[in-house]
Amino acid sequence: MAATVSREVLTAFLLRLADDHLVIGHRLSEWCGHAPMLEEDLAMPNMALDLIGQARALYQYAGEVEGKGRDEDQIAYLRRERDYVNCLLAERENGDFAHTMLRQLYFAAFMQPLWQGMLSSSDAHLAGIAAKAEKEVAYHVRHAGEWVVRLGDGTPESTRRMRAAVDALAPYVDELFESDDVTAAIVKAGIAPDPATLRPSFEAIVGPIFAEAGLEWVEASYGQTGGRQGRHGEALGYLLADLQHMQRTYPGMVW
Amino acid sequence: MVSGLSAKEAACRPQGGGEALFAEERAYRAAACVVDPEIPVVTIADLGILRSVTMEGDTAVARVTLTYTGCPAVLAIELAVEAALRDAGFKPRVERVITPAWSTDWITQEGREKLRAYGIAPPAKASNSVRALFGETEVACPRCGSHATARISEFGSTACKALYRCTACHEPFDYFKCI
Repeated sequence: MAATVSREVLTAFLLRLADDHLVIGHRLSEWCGHAPMLEEDLAMPNMALDLIGQARALYQYAGEVEGKGRDEDQIAYLRRERDYVNCLLAERENGDFAHTMLRQLYFAAFMQPLWQGMLSSSDAHLAGIAAKAEKEVAYHVRHAGEWVVRLGDGTPESTRRMRAAVDALAPYVDELFESDDVTAAIVKAGIAPDPATLRPSFEAIVGPIFAEAGLEWVEASYGQTGGRQGRHGEALGYLLADLQHMQRTYPGMVW
Repeated sequence: MVSGLSAKEAACRPQGGGEALFAEERAYRAAACVVDPEIPVVTIADLGILRSVTMEGDTAVARVTLTYTGCPAVLAIELAVEAALRDAGFKPRVERVITPAWSTDWITQEGREKLRAYGIAPPAKASNSVRALFGETEVACPRCGSHATARISEFGSTACKALYRCTACHEPFDYFKCI
């Protein structure tokens, strides 16, 4: 018989997942109308839709579990930067296309084994969300992976940019696999796997893609962390200002 | 709405079992007529996203599931189901269910044929693994039937479709992607 978790712990875990998906989904949506070609202009909002949809499902559930009567919109639009508990990778700016594709690959390669682990979650509702998301994320891994290969093994200019992206994002990888009291309680209750155990799966996805792209893995000299405690980079504030400006300007407005 | 029934639907008309069962059957048929807002040739029953309709007292409860988590059509579908049930004289309630997860294998054979006739290649069966990294799916052109097709983009006009081109008849077409 697995241990159970308190509302607070489950809510905290769900908010991390939900914030990751909303923030990186919002980032991806920023490409809408700016992509380098029409197919990508469709592809990125498509995936942003998946990510924001997953965020909605998680926020709805977090609101229910929390039991304070907050709905998905209140949680997404009315929390401040320090209340957001997304990983720092999710909020990194789009930069050029190489930066965006590498960020998406890292995130998808982290989420794929996490969703797969949650397919057998002791929490039936979360297992239901995972059943859908696990299939969607497979498309994201493939899309970003193909671009990382194409750019990494492309022209001298694309290779230079892809390598620059690998350098720039290296400090944000380790944070994905951090464990703490929240994840420990979640693991104990059989709700989700320990992020620390997902590293081999992540490397099994990213490794062959890097090999084909001719890219070398870069170890960061130091890892950036703090997102799960609400300590963010400057980038998140601007993102939230954009995301939340309607609710901040007209509090409580509805469509 | 008897005229709109297929042979299969007509075959499953109740042979008795009282008012409640009859009402449930009528409510199901009303809800099953709702078409997908993006692909108006297939009904939500064809797509397999209408899970059930049951009577709870005087309320008809329709359970609908999502195709993609972020599918923006789901609200439109839920409202349409509500309206269809109300038009058929029921007090409607629509519930969203997420388990068991929908996959393209829930699309009925009839639904697959309707998609093809409409110019959308129906999804490969799930055995055609989406996890095979860089794996190519073999898709037949819905117009000329040729297997000489090329993927233009895995992400098309809606979350559930990919964009393909037939290299035999040179027509571009949508592929309802396997999930």
